[in-house]
Amino acid sequence: MAIHSPSDRIWWNKPIEKMELIWIGIAFCWGLFMFCAMIWWHIYGEQNLSNETYKTTPELFESRTEAMVEAYTVREEGDTGIPVVHPPAGSDVYLLARRWEFYPILELDMGQSYRIHMSSTDWQHGFSLQPTNINLQIHPGYEMVLTITPDSSGVFNIVCNEFCGIGHHQMLGRIHVVE
Amino acid sequence: MANQAQFRTCPETGLKVDLAAEKLIKVNAVVAVVFLAVGGLFGLLVALTRWPAVHILPDSWFYLALTAHGADVLLFWIIFFEMAMLYFCSAILLNSRLAAPKLAWGAFWLMIAGAVMANVAVLQGNSSVMFTSYVPMQAAPHFYLGLILFAVGILVGLCCFFGTLVIAKDEKTYEGSVPLVTFGAITAAIIAVFTVACGAIILIPTFLWSVGLIPTIDPLIYKIVWWGFGHASQQINVAVHVSIWYAIAAMTFGAKPLSEKVSRTAFLMYILFLQLASAHHLLVEPGVSSEWKIFNTSYAMYLAVVGSMVHGMTIPGAIEAAQRKRGLTNGIWEWLRKAPWSNPAFAGMFMSLVMFGFLGGISGVILGTEQLNIIMHNTVYVPGHFHATVVAGTTLTFMAFTYPVINLIFRKEIIWPKVAQYQPYVFGLGVMGISVFMMGAGTLGVARRHWDITFADATLSFEYPPMAIMLMGLNGLAAILAAAGGLMYVSVVIASIWKGKPREVVAVSEPTPEAEALTSYGSAGTLHLPGTAILVGIFFLSFVLYYFINWKYLATVWPLS
Repeated sequence: MAIHSPSDRIWWNKPIEKMELIWIGIAFCWGLFMFCAMIWWHIYGEQNLSNETYKTTPELFESRTEAMVEAYTVREEGDTGIPVVHPPAGSDVYLLARRWEFYPILELDMGQSYRIHMSSTDWQHGFSLQPTNINLQIHPGYEMVLTITPDSSGVFNIVCNEFCGIGHHQMLGRIHVVE
Repeated sequence: MANQAQFRTCPETGLKVDLAAEKLIKVNAVVAVVFLAVGGLFGLLVALTRWPAVHILPDSWFYLALTAHGADVLLFWIIFFEMAMLYFCSAILLNSRLAAPKLAWGAFWLMIAGAVMANVAVLQGNSSVMFTSYVPMQAAPHFYLGLILFAVGILVGLCCFFGTLVIAKDEKTYEGSVPLVTFGAITAAIIAVFTVACGAIILIPTFLWSVGLIPTIDPLIYKIVWWGFGHASQQINVAVHVSIWYAIAAMTFGAKPLSEKVSRTAFLMYILFLQLASAHHLLVEPGVSSEWKIFNTSYAMYLAVVGSMVHGMTIPGAIEAAQRKRGLTNGIWEWLRKAPWSNPAFAGMFMSLVMFGFLGGISGVILGTEQLNIIMHNTVYVPGHFHATVVAGTTLTFMAFTYPVINLIFRKEIIWPKVAQYQPYVFGLGVMGISVFMMGAGTLGVARRHWDITFADATLSFEYPPMAIMLMGLNGLAAILAAAGGLMYVSVVIASIWKGKPREVVAVSEPTPEAEALTSYGSAGTLHLPGTAILVGIFFLSFVLYYFINWKYLATVWPLS
């Protein structure tokens, strides 16, 4: 029994049942397949992270965001006072996460690609774009760069899904995708 | 030293029981149950708050309760119980005296001091940083200090465990190799050393930062090392609860492992590869390369997953082989149909095995696939997954094992056998609901650790799909069921220990000793295990199907590069 010492002192040369061998073979091959699937998706799949990251500081990232906001603000979002920025297609877009907002609101063209830069100026935040359901982690001090290509239009909301203090549940952002 | 230890002989198993070890097992187990009760209550409050129609706690209390829930059940309940298990698997199963019982008591008190200190810090209200306490968010210094003391206590306890192995070998208290269950416990203890080391490496500087001696802690480094502690500690649980599955199969059916070699190698895979899983939490993080993510998240090509899949076959296989040897050979399912479903130890163990594999295991591999993590990271899918592994897997197994422990170690009868009989079903069903409903809501994007998913106070407005809101409501209902099962467990355990009838000596019942003498390994003489083959076949098909469904889902989101 498993709670007693093996009844044979020499247990390591006992035969392995065929059924066990088959199962081990299946499990091993499936593991190998799943391992290769991730690499395969990097080559042929369309949803991959870029691995492009820079060290940054809150001041630097804030100033770059502000420069973009000044250059490309088109309106304010309703009566919230939050600027809506419509950057040119293919440009570098800055999205700043801080307690407890994503700044600014973006307006992007459908089918165009943008280099999104994301960082936090205080604690960690989560970028959860709904309803398309893209979830990323935002760290202070690190600037993550990612090329996104919105392929559907409408209003998309960004929910913070990393706990960031007492106002966490009020932290929302928005991306408008226009045709 | 050796002659100071006092023993009794267990009338039921014939094992020599070191009284010092027995007492330590009792206190660690009882304290574990107390933390389960406290942490479980916090968990119920969390689930009721996340049910939008009920929304019971105010925001600050919600984040406080969530922090306390994580620490009390994920760390304190489980690790106190594991300490009891380690002493059981070393001293008791090996017929040995426990190494340095005084030191083991020191470990116990250190762990108590740490656990209480961390709880006080959380309840004071300025350490609602979640179980993960990601920097730069800061908790009170005594929150970190409590966790450090707890970790030091674990390390001291581990020394007693390893010392006992040395003594048992030295004093030749057993013959040949250690039992498989002890082997599994050794696996757990080795992983625990790594885990505690990671905890110390990151929590000590974080404590110094919280008192102002270190200016900053890098959030990314913190996360990488912290998860070496946070995720690896879950691997301790896996090693321990898999050992208990083998133990319960052995105690209930006299089941022998189909092959010692295969089962032990599967445990070895855990030691070699499980620690890499820190990467599971860093798959959508900036600053970590895809190469690093792919290698680590897959435990070097899924070798630890292979280990778990092997246990998932050999344990039901060993049970089927033992049952068939007893003559339950009709059809494919007689062995399972006529299993002792009214015995809470077996019922809990088997449900745990099934739910851990189907719900926890499959969802864990999906979550841990680099790109698939994009559609799940930090959604409520994550707690859905780990409630299937840690609650349906570890907690339900520990609950199941408590019943024989009350009989054999506490020498008490179960005071309300009917309550005990139904308890695993009530709790198991509740936990199944919690896992499935949270995973469902997570698939629809619902954020974890979130007080108000209706965003009533936010400047902007947003609504999750109505289905997601409904699933969070069902999660609340399932949590009530699980809490009822938890209450049944805590009350029947405490009442049995306190007021239960002393256990009368029952004759030693060795299951079919003749068969054991004839056969030398578990599957010898029972070449066909069709039931197990069908079970693992269904498991494998579900796995493959669900895996591809998720890639399909990923392919529908915005292109990213």
